[in-house]
Amino acid sequence: MKNKKNIERKTDFIQGNIACAEGAIAAGCNFFAGYPITPASEIAHYMSRKMFEVEGTFIQTEDELAAIANIVGASWGGNKSMTATSGPGISLMLENIGLAVVTETPCVIVNVQRGGPSTGSPSVAFQGDMLQPKFGSHGEYQIIALAPSSPQEMFDFTVEAFNKAEKYRIPVFILADSLIGHMRERVDFPLDDEIILEERKKLKNYQGIHQKIFLDENVAPMPIFGEGLKANITGSTHKEDGFRNVSDPKIMDTAIKRLSNKILKHKEDIIAVEEKYLEDAEVAIFSYGLVYRAVLETVNIARNQGLKVGSFRPITIWPFPQEQVEELSKKVKTIIVCENNLGQMFPFVKAVANGQANVIFLPPETLGTLYHPEDILKVIKEVI
Amino acid sequence: MVQINKDACKGCGICIAMCPVKILVFSDELNSRGVHFPKITQEEKCTKCENCMIYCPDFAVVVKKDEK
Amino acid sequence: MNKTIEHPLKKYFRGEINYTTCPGCGNGIISQSILRAIDELGINFDDTAFVSGIGCSGWIPSPSFNTDVLHVTHGRSIAFATGLKLAAPQMKVIVSAGDGDTGSIGGNHLIHAARRNIDITVICVNNQIFGMTGGQVAPTTPYNSKTTTTPYGSIERPFDLSNLSIAAGATFVARWTTYQARPLKNSIKKAVLHKGFSFIEVISQCPVQYGKVIGMRNDAVRMLMNYKEKSVNIRKAKNMSEDELKGKFIVGELVEKKNIPELTDEIKRLRQEAKKR
Repeated sequence: MKNKKNIERKTDFIQGNIACAEGAIAAGCNFFAGYPITPASEIAHYMSRKMFEVEGTFIQTEDELAAIANIVGASWGGNKSMTATSGPGISLMLENIGLAVVTETPCVIVNVQRGGPSTGSPSVAFQGDMLQPKFGSHGEYQIIALAPSSPQEMFDFTVEAFNKAEKYRIPVFILADSLIGHMRERVDFPLDDEIILEERKKLKNYQGIHQKIFLDENVAPMPIFGEGLKANITGSTHKEDGFRNVSDPKIMDTAIKRLSNKILKHKEDIIAVEEKYLEDAEVAIFSYGLVYRAVLETVNIARNQGLKVGSFRPITIWPFPQEQVEELSKKVKTIIVCENNLGQMFPFVKAVANGQANVIFLPPETLGTLYHPEDILKVIKEVI
Repeated sequence: MVQINKDACKGCGICIAMCPVKILVFSDELNSRGVHFPKITQEEKCTKCENCMIYCPDFAVVVKKDEK
Repeated sequence: MNKTIEHPLKKYFRGEINYTTCPGCGNGIISQSILRAIDELGINFDDTAFVSGIGCSGWIPSPSFNTDVLHVTHGRSIAFATGLKLAAPQMKVIVSAGDGDTGSIGGNHLIHAARRNIDITVICVNNQIFGMTGGQVAPTTPYNSKTTTTPYGSIERPFDLSNLSIAAGATFVARWTTYQARPLKNSIKKAVLHKGFSFIEVISQCPVQYGKVIGMRNDAVRMLMNYKEKSVNIRKAKNMSEDELKGKFIVGELVEKKNIPELTDEIKRLRQEAKKR
């Protein structure tokens, strides 16, 4: 897509995984580390060629533990870094995802979800890892996760993931699944100057031993390695200057709250939802990712039949769009939660709705398959 | 000259053992950590080999070679 | 003369020199060896980065050294250092790791970094025990040792981490004990300048947790003297039988290979090739 300015937008018919890789490159990614895994490997294949073309680095690591460690190390070295894997790989990365959160390291982690638990069903599309980014690593933290539903969004959301990672110094997840990853669809590439990139806020000069490089709710400047900034980075509980203090609960309290507030205070900027036909809706269908496609089709059919149904789709899964769901629950009588799992986001919707709307969970007839719109319609007609 | 920062000393005795001319001994006094730190005896015998300095795990000993 | 003379290595510290290690710990001797090596080489400290993991060895550079320091999770320091070095190849990246870091939880990263011949230096503080967590058996603890998790004596054979690195392709490998602080410093100088993966194993005393295993509880001096007695230089060891070398520490510069492709150079080459296409 590069070097094609002044010409009409480039369009291609590509796989979601390739669109994701292209999005990363468009966002300025210059470091990719990963370990082969179905159904995410195409991203690595593509990056193994492209990274070198953009003066970047590709490394196939010895395992996923090394992949996440490599991208965090590279981020401190000043690179824009990314890894792509599937559930088993994320399971291996979790400890160091926590380190990335606590050291406030920008990076992007793509999870092309597959069937689980364990080895599971590598090529079956599943939304089984929705809670993993937020709750998988130990401790208490906030993180950002986006759920694309098409190859186009694999491109767009990956650009967005890099932007949010840089802006908030945090790992950002792309939660796709094997069908979105492998699906081929038309992708319209934006022109270079249409892509707005978030610049990393860097520390410019060394400011002494107690320089404030962490725990700012408005994001502290990052001391990139090799620039004489004497960065003091640790996974232990620390203060603004990076010095650890692991005995004082007050220090831990401050660290956890500030790290969380760094995200929660900026929810308005971070959280994106897509609402369709909700103005007069009595029933809303909550769905995301691949499932959203079937839901949108269902809503269109329902509307044609005169049913007052709308769609609520969180683009941002984490932080959870609490206020938006709360508003929704005031607006509609019933929320049907459609997820390709046994109800991972459902409890969050239900808790936020808090009785203001009736919240029903509806999985696909067979996990790992697409919904039949008529199955959803049937439930709509029961509740309307 | 040999300078001992007595309060940095943890009393391991490595400097005493590593001194080739055996001029370091444990002091009878205790430092702020409650340990017997080394003291130098017969400094004129010191060869300035720096063993006491480079083997001290706590950077508590400094040997100055070019003292006049 | 009452004026306090500043320690010649004080300039490399973020603040006061204050290691909270146990009395007699080998960490401080290794720290001095690293810093004297840097000092003698005349390298700008800002051009070095240290990466360390969890365990006592992690506290050698972190937070003390007044340069870029990344203190990460247990066992992963080499993997973080790999990413850092690839992103900032102009830096001298030095890993301070323990025998648990490199031989147990992070063994995979060690052998792959060696295989890749990435230009980083790993200084492995081998105290032959898990010190920080309370004296549990390590993959380097000698056979039949009584530790807190091997009350009947350990039944597994230990790793020789230097040989493991050599077998995995490390291009500069040296082993010393803390008793050989000067040759250790000289090897660190060589390792830092070496273009490729360098591994320095330092057998280091843990008087508290390993001292008690070998009947030298809290006796750093005896442990050092034991190193002196049991160390055999590689040149001499070459002519000795396996039986004669039992219980000995083979020390010296074990391997130095030059002109082996180094990872960051290879990546630069690939970027050139990618441009041509």
